[in-house]
Amino acid sequence: MSVTPYDEMHASDGDVREHYKTFASWLARTPSERVAHKRAEADTLFHRVGITFTVYGEDSGTERLIPFDIVPRIIPANEWKHLAAGLKQRVRALNAFTNDIYHSQDILQAGRIPAEQVLCNGQYRPEMQGIDVPGSIYAHIAGIDVVRAGAGEFYVLEDNLRVPSGVSYMLEDRRMMMRLFPELFALHSVAPVEHYPDLLLENLRSVAPSGVNDPTVVLLTPGAYNSAYFEHAFLAQQMGIELVEGQDLFVDDEFLYMRTTRGPQRVDVIYRRIDDDFLDPLVFRPDSMLGIPGLLAAYRAGRVTIANAIGTGVADDKSIYPYVPEMIRFYLGEEPLLSNVPTYVLRRKEDLEYTLAHLPELVVKEVHGAGGYGMLIGPAASKDELAAFRQRILRSPEKYIAQPTLALSACPTFVDAGIAPRHIDLRPFVLSGREVTLVPGGLTRVALREGSLVVNSSQGGGTKDTWVLER
Amino acid sequence: MLSRTADHLYWMARYTERAENLARMLDVNSRMSLLPQGAEIVEQGWIATLTIIGLMDAFRQRYDAVTSSNVIAFMAFDRDNPISIYSCLRAARENARAVRGTLTSEIWETLNATWLEMRVASLRSSTEAEVGNFFEWVKYRSHVARGVVQGTMLRDEAWHFTWLGTYLERADSTARILDVKYHLLLPRGEQAGGAADYYQWSALLHSVSAFEIYRRVYRDLITPRRVAELLVLRDDMPRSLRRCMSQVHMHLQSVRNAQSSETERRAGELQASLHFGRIESVFEVGLHEYLVRFLGQTRDLGDRVSRDFLVSATD
Repeated sequence: MSVTPYDEMHASDGDVREHYKTFASWLARTPSERVAHKRAEADTLFHRVGITFTVYGEDSGTERLIPFDIVPRIIPANEWKHLAAGLKQRVRALNAFTNDIYHSQDILQAGRIPAEQVLCNGQYRPEMQGIDVPGSIYAHIAGIDVVRAGAGEFYVLEDNLRVPSGVSYMLEDRRMMMRLFPELFALHSVAPVEHYPDLLLENLRSVAPSGVNDPTVVLLTPGAYNSAYFEHAFLAQQMGIELVEGQDLFVDDEFLYMRTTRGPQRVDVIYRRIDDDFLDPLVFRPDSMLGIPGLLAAYRAGRVTIANAIGTGVADDKSIYPYVPEMIRFYLGEEPLLSNVPTYVLRRKEDLEYTLAHLPELVVKEVHGAGGYGMLIGPAASKDELAAFRQRILRSPEKYIAQPTLALSACPTFVDAGIAPRHIDLRPFVLSGREVTLVPGGLTRVALREGSLVVNSSQGGGTKDTWVLER
Repeated sequence: MLSRTADHLYWMARYTERAENLARMLDVNSRMSLLPQGAEIVEQGWIATLTIIGLMDAFRQRYDAVTSSNVIAFMAFDRDNPISIYSCLRAARENARAVRGTLTSEIWETLNATWLEMRVASLRSSTEAEVGNFFEWVKYRSHVARGVVQGTMLRDEAWHFTWLGTYLERADSTARILDVKYHLLLPRGEQAGGAADYYQWSALLHSVSAFEIYRRVYRDLITPRRVAELLVLRDDMPRSLRRCMSQVHMHLQSVRNAQSSETERRAGELQASLHFGRIESVFEVGLHEYLVRFLGQTRDLGDRVSRDFLVSATD
C-alpha cells in the first residue's frame, strides 16, 4: 500500500507550485558547488556556536547537532491565514477546557467527555482544583504539531502544552538561512520570526500576579545536562532574563525569591522548562533535586505565575486529544477550522477490535509517550514487531490510541544522493496571555531517512527554515 | 546577579588561571630536571612542587617513583586528579557552559575550543620536547581567555567576579611558587649564592615571566631579597602579591553588599600591609613563614567571598 504523498513543491502534474517558483529557479541557476559549500559552512557554524542537543541513552553528555536542511518549507499567505486562525481557535479552547476542568467541570457535567477519562488521568492534578490563575491562562506557550496529508489538508497531530521545545531551532534556522543565502530574502517577502523572544517576554509579563507592576521573569531549567539546555540558555539570553535552577530559588512566607549576590530578589513569573513532577518536592516527587520546596504554596497564594501552569498535561494527553473538536464546539460555539486525525481509543471495545484487525495499517501510540518513543508504525513494522506490540496492547489497551498511517506531505530535501522528497511536519508556537498570538511559521521537522515518518530529533530527524510568504 | 552565576564565573576564572600556573610550575621544573645534576636533586625539585600544591600524598598513592614523566602524567593529563591541568580546563569549560547565557559568545567559544583541544592533546603520548610545547599552549590559551574577557565583556558584576577569581587564584599561586625555593635543597658542596642557587632563583623568575622584568628593574645580580621584593611588594609586577591584592580589593569594593564589609576590610588590611611593607620585615619573620601566613589569609578571603556572595546565606 503506497500512496503518493502531497508534495509541497510540485503539483501532481510535475509543475512547480506557484509559491515555490522563485526558489526553484534560483536553485536551478545556482551552481551546485556553491550550494554544497554553503551546506558545509552551515555545519561548521552550528558546531562552533554549540547549538546542540543531548541524546538520552548514549554516553552521558553526548552533544549532537540537529541536521539542518537548506531547502525552506514555504507556506503561501492564504494557507497560513487559515492555519493561524485554526491554531488560535484550538489553543483558546484548550485553555478554556483546562480552566473548566480545574473549576466547575461543565464539560464533564454536560457529558461531552467521559469524566473518568479526565479525572482518572495521570496528568490530572487534584492539587490544582479550585486555584485561579491570572487571566485563566494555563498553556501560555503551546506547540501544536500539524501535518498535511491526502491532497494537502492540514491535520493537527498533537497538542504540546507542557514544556514544548524547538523554538530556538526555528530562530537559529532563520538566522542561518539569512546568513547563507541573503539573496533569497531579497527575492521573497518572508514574514519575520525574529521578534519571538520579545513576544514571549511580553506574554509572560502580561500574566504576572495582579498588583505587580514591573514583574521579574525567570527561566527555570533542569540544568546544563538537559537535552534542551541550549534552548533554555538561548531564550533566557534573548529575553535578557535570568536562567535559574531550582537551587537558585527559595520560598519564604509564600513569596518566591532568587538568591543573588546582593541578597534575595522577588520573582513574579517562572517560565519553567521542568515537568510538573519535579517542581515542588513537598507536593510532587519528594526525590526531586530540580524543584523548589514550597513553590506550590506560593502559587496557590497567587504570589507567582508558573508558565505553563501546573496540570496542563490533562489537556494534551493523547487520550484527551480525540475530544478537542468537541471542546471547540462546547466552549467557543464554533466549528473547528483544523481537523483532528481520526483516532481509535483502545479503551473502547469496538476501537480495540478494529485496531487489532488492522494493525499493519495503523500507527499506535502510547497515550503518555513523547518524543517518538514507544510507538508502532504498522506499515514499517516486521511480523515479529507487530506480534510483540499486539501483546503489549492486549496487556493494557487503555494505554494506547491508534491512527491511520497518514501519507505525510513531503518536501524536497538535500540527501547524500542529491535532492529528494522527505516527509515533514510543522510545529507552530502559539502564545496566550492578554491575547493569543503566534509568529508566522514555526519549526519544520523533516524525517531524513527515506520513507521514514518519524521527524523527532532523537530519532534522526532534521529541521528546515519555515517561510510564510507575505504575498 | 544570581549567586550561582557569580559562583560559576568566579570558578571559571580561577580554574583558567590555575591551569596556567600549573603549566608554569611544571614547565620550570621539567626544564630544571634537564640540567646536569643528580637524580636526587631532580626528585627533590618534583617533591617540592607536589608539596606546595598539596598533592604529595595523592601522588604517592598512585605512583611509586617521583620521576619527571610520572609527575607530568599526574599533574598535566590525569583526569582523576582534580587539580591536573586536564581537570582544571574541563572545570573551567563546565563552569562556562553553566552560564553561557551570561557570557559573550566569544568567551564561551574560546573556553569550549580550549577544552576540545585539551581532550585531543590528552590522547597523545608526549615526548619531553612536546611537553614543553604543551605548557606553552596552556599559557597561550589562558592569555587568549583573559584577552577575550577583557575585550568583550560588559563591565558589570559578572566582570568583577571574574577578575576576583583570577586575582585571588594568582595571589595564591605566586605565593606557592615563591615558597618552592624554601623546599629546594642545594646539591652537596654547593653554597647559597653559588651557581646552583642562581639557577634555582632564575628558574623561579622564569616561571612567573619575571626574568626579563628582574633584569630591567634591578640591572644587577639575582639575590633572594630582590626576587622576593619583586614578587611580593612591587605594584608594577603583574603577578606580585601586592598587585593581585590591590585588584582583589578593588573588585570587592565594586560588588559590595550588606554582609561583605568584614571581607572587604580584611582584603584592604592585607593590601595596605603589602603597600606599606618593607622586604626587611618580611625577612625578619622569615620568607617561608610570611608566605604560609599569606596563603592562610587568601584562603580566608576565598572562603569569605563564597559565603558573602556566592552561596548567599540569606534564607
